[in-house]
Amino acid sequence: MKPAPFEYVDPRTTDEAVALLATHGDEAKVLAGGQSLVPMLALRLARPSVVVDVNRVGGLDQITQHGATVSVGALVRQRALERWAGERAPLLTTALGHVGHAPIRTRGTVAGSIAHADPASELPALLLCLDGAVVARSRRGTRTIAAADFFQGPLMTALAADELVTETRWTLPAPHAGWGFREMARRHGDFALVGVAVVLTVARGAVAEARIAIFGAAATPVRAREAERALAGQPATDGVLAEAARVATADLETVADIHAPAVYRASVARTLTARALADAAARAKDAA
Amino acid sequence: MGAKYFGAAVRRREDPRFLRGEGRFVDDVTLPGLLHAAFLRSPHAHARVRSIDAARARGLPGVAAVYTHADLARWMKPLPVFGATPPGLAAAVRFDVRHAPQWALCKDIARHVGEIVAMVVADSRARAEDAAEAIDVVWEPLPAVVDMRAAGEAGAPLVHPEWSTNVAVGFTHAIGDAERALGAADLVLEETFQIQRYVGMPLETRGVVAQWDRRDGSLTTWNSTQVSHFVQQGLVTALELPPHRIRVIAPDLGGGFGTKASGYPEDVLVPLAARALNRPVKWIEDRREHMMAAAHARHQTHTIRIGARRDGTIVGLADRIWLDLGAYNVWGIVLPYNTVAHLIGPYRIRDMKVDVKGVVTNKTPNAPYRGAGRPETVFAMDRAVDCLARRLGLDPADIRRKNYIRADELPWDFGMPYRDGNPLVYDTGDFPAALESALQAAGYDAFRREQAFLRARGVWRGIGISGYVEGTAIGPFEGAHLKLDLTGRVQIATGAVNSGQGHETAFAQVAADVLGVPLDWVSVTGGDTAAVPFGVGTFASRSGVTAGNSIADAARAVRAKLVDAAAKVLEAAPDDVEIEDGTAFVRGAPASAVALGKVIQASIPTFAKAGVAPPDFETSAYHHVPTVTYASAVHVAQVEVDPGTGHVRLLKYVVAHDCGKVINPTIVEGQVHGGVAQGVGGALFEEMVYDDEGQLLTGTLMDYLMPSATDLPRIDTVHLEYPSPRNPLGMKGLGEGGAISPPAAIVNAIDDALGPLGVRITGTPASPARVLQAIEAARG
Repeated sequence: MKPAPFEYVDPRTTDEAVALLATHGDEAKVLAGGQSLVPMLALRLARPSVVVDVNRVGGLDQITQHGATVSVGALVRQRALERWAGERAPLLTTALGHVGHAPIRTRGTVAGSIAHADPASELPALLLCLDGAVVARSRRGTRTIAAADFFQGPLMTALAADELVTETRWTLPAPHAGWGFREMARRHGDFALVGVAVVLTVARGAVAEARIAIFGAAATPVRAREAERALAGQPATDGVLAEAARVATADLETVADIHAPAVYRASVARTLTARALADAAARAKDAA
Repeated sequence: MGAKYFGAAVRRREDPRFLRGEGRFVDDVTLPGLLHAAFLRSPHAHARVRSIDAARARGLPGVAAVYTHADLARWMKPLPVFGATPPGLAAAVRFDVRHAPQWALCKDIARHVGEIVAMVVADSRARAEDAAEAIDVVWEPLPAVVDMRAAGEAGAPLVHPEWSTNVAVGFTHAIGDAERALGAADLVLEETFQIQRYVGMPLETRGVVAQWDRRDGSLTTWNSTQVSHFVQQGLVTALELPPHRIRVIAPDLGGGFGTKASGYPEDVLVPLAARALNRPVKWIEDRREHMMAAAHARHQTHTIRIGARRDGTIVGLADRIWLDLGAYNVWGIVLPYNTVAHLIGPYRIRDMKVDVKGVVTNKTPNAPYRGAGRPETVFAMDRAVDCLARRLGLDPADIRRKNYIRADELPWDFGMPYRDGNPLVYDTGDFPAALESALQAAGYDAFRREQAFLRARGVWRGIGISGYVEGTAIGPFEGAHLKLDLTGRVQIATGAVNSGQGHETAFAQVAADVLGVPLDWVSVTGGDTAAVPFGVGTFASRSGVTAGNSIADAARAVRAKLVDAAAKVLEAAPDDVEIEDGTAFVRGAPASAVALGKVIQASIPTFAKAGVAPPDFETSAYHHVPTVTYASAVHVAQVEVDPGTGHVRLLKYVVAHDCGKVINPTIVEGQVHGGVAQGVGGALFEEMVYDDEGQLLTGTLMDYLMPSATDLPRIDTVHLEYPSPRNPLGMKGLGEGGAISPPAAIVNAIDDALGPLGVRITGTPASPARVLQAIEAARG
């Protein structure tokens, strides 16, 4: 299909972009990579009156690191972050490798995937796993929204209609931390039926900190905080990890669609959590 | 005739333009003053149109016209149907067949989501879509019938009330005495197998461009179709014009697979609009339309009973078959009877009975898609045989060794007709040899030895077998027109349509050998009704045999004319003249060679004298193909299953096949690979899903999952060659075969991988959810 008629504007500065969003509110949609928006326009599922193309806005395409914190500008393409992450953040590199296919990642932006908030996508789960944040600007000012507060439902976030994401902030796992990433998709590059991202730090033979983020299973990505708390101080044995996987997924409100019923997602979430925890435990270097 | 090119792995001549992006597909056709069509399609599975108000739409900028059934009533004729019962078949089988008129524009009731209600023509596609949205339709929803078995039950909503039933095609048939045989069996296994609704999904969707010429009252239409002559015949009826005033051109096609070999409303509507407006009109189907409007396929349920002796000898077979045909019975007996004719396959079974119901439901109508009933029937049969083997404690390879018809038992007469009405008799082939070659290429014995060892280490691998015998190259004919230019270059036109099979190369190979000219002297075009007056088209793995033989016949006839003319030029007897590499010479005297161009020029009259021979170096040929010839194959699939997620990974895939004499081995391999890829899609990924109200849930390629290159393993092909005695070139058809056995082979492999768990997968696609559910059911 062809998109329904819309007005197209391409601001050159963040101020201009933000002014446009202030004027048009929820009649406007921001276009960056277009990998989610353009198909929706073409199918007439999205019918904004105004498309605000931010690809020419300056200053939003940098990746800068201060200590363990990484600031990723809103126009940084997924492929650019994947390359940057390389060896220094293998969890990110691996997860990004599952986002669509390479050609998609050369256009799609990190911020766009997070703002789109498809519950089956990898980047929102990664941001949640690592307790990252989204920086959003409007005419009313700038605010930083923690990942834990950002994802509110399928394709629904805490962003107001007049807010533009300018960067996402990430805290990289410590070098000695173990990581695991497991995803079940029908085909490589598809949205996940279920996926799990895990970070485990180990000290003196016991789990110091565990992070477990599950995506594709429920209406938003989910941190399995109860299981994380239960793991702290325990030895990372098969039995302990298997039990953590059970606890992590016991109360998941899994969704159903044409690709898998709810029980499938619940069952596989548990299986993949156990596997990702085992991977992370194997990779973790004892900090003691 | 030489055999320099026939059998050679020549690189395809059509490929360079496709690789450079210089193909000319229907969307590349542009004409001055072109308008664009869009269609308003029913959002309901079953609903009455109470009223349509197009006033607002007609007033929108750029809109040239809006047409409903009432606006074009004068020209509305029922769309063509296919699959009439041939006399030979009607004499043997009593068919209950019902048709109902399908109108290009919905007259009063829409019977599936996607059925056309109105056509908008505007100066751009975007504006045509805007106008379609502005058409106000008042709908009265009606109860929809969606499930194929429910459709056959009393009290189900009727798709065509005048039938008093939803059964569009019903029949029973039997050979031997199946009930007696099953009664005497040591073991009878009964199971129900379900094959999902899946489709051809060509990369290029459909499209039609039409141009009316008021000067001579003629229509030219470019149509991404596999069947130009069928489309032409439909337009003769619809436009009330003689055939020579309707030119249908199939341009480059990005795939067909049968989806483009059916009759469609748009074929007629776009030309009607072009004539009414006296402006050329273009319609290019988008993917979303394609999902709901282009023909669907497959979708069968088989409740099969198979009986055997304890030693594994199969003694009898009974199958109750349901087919979900969608809202209209477009293809008559074709799919139901194809299913029955291919059920037994390579097995030695003389006692069989079938009870078949093809029902209509409120879904997109079905048409034959690569395999056309064979993948479904082979799935039921080969799955049943594997389940039987498991019950008897026999290896699936051994039960097939015991029951496959041997080469020395051919020709094998089934005692029933093929769907063309002629006797179903396997002509040539060696099914046990195909089985052994496939097993050997797949490393079957080594796989079995390692399987238990791997399973003990948590690696669940399985191997599965499936074989088929396929009636190919249905007739009754195809045509070829062949002519030479002044230099002896050859132009061939055929009614066959190239949608990726390499016709421009393979048919040139045939002609070059027969004529004795270099390959690059021969060019082949297809699918233009102006170039060949009578034709059928490309589907049913038929063009190699039908068009290939016609081209050979035509080339033989023109070669004879060249020989006669060359004999005059060389002052020799025609029997002593040879033609090779574009020159004519006296046998044994190579120095006598003269270029064919000179022979042709010498035949043209000058002021001084008449030509040495009539300068008529062209002819048409229509090779008669009364019945099919039988290709066959055995497929072996190796899989690894993750019992924690139900994910199936394909490790290796082997095809050992016979398609008779091969023109171009590279093209043959490509066909096999493509067919296997589509079979893998059906086995593991693809499904058109409707909800209980008949709403199509799979609306985009995000929902309908096509296998990509990374989802396919290496496909190893073993070529066997058992020439057909039924045509001079010894060929059999090959286009569909690859798609027939993968669902059976792959699901057999999955059951095999999970053998110790007692899993039995009875339907496709074998999605991770379905596999995991089967594992959990077997454990619980």
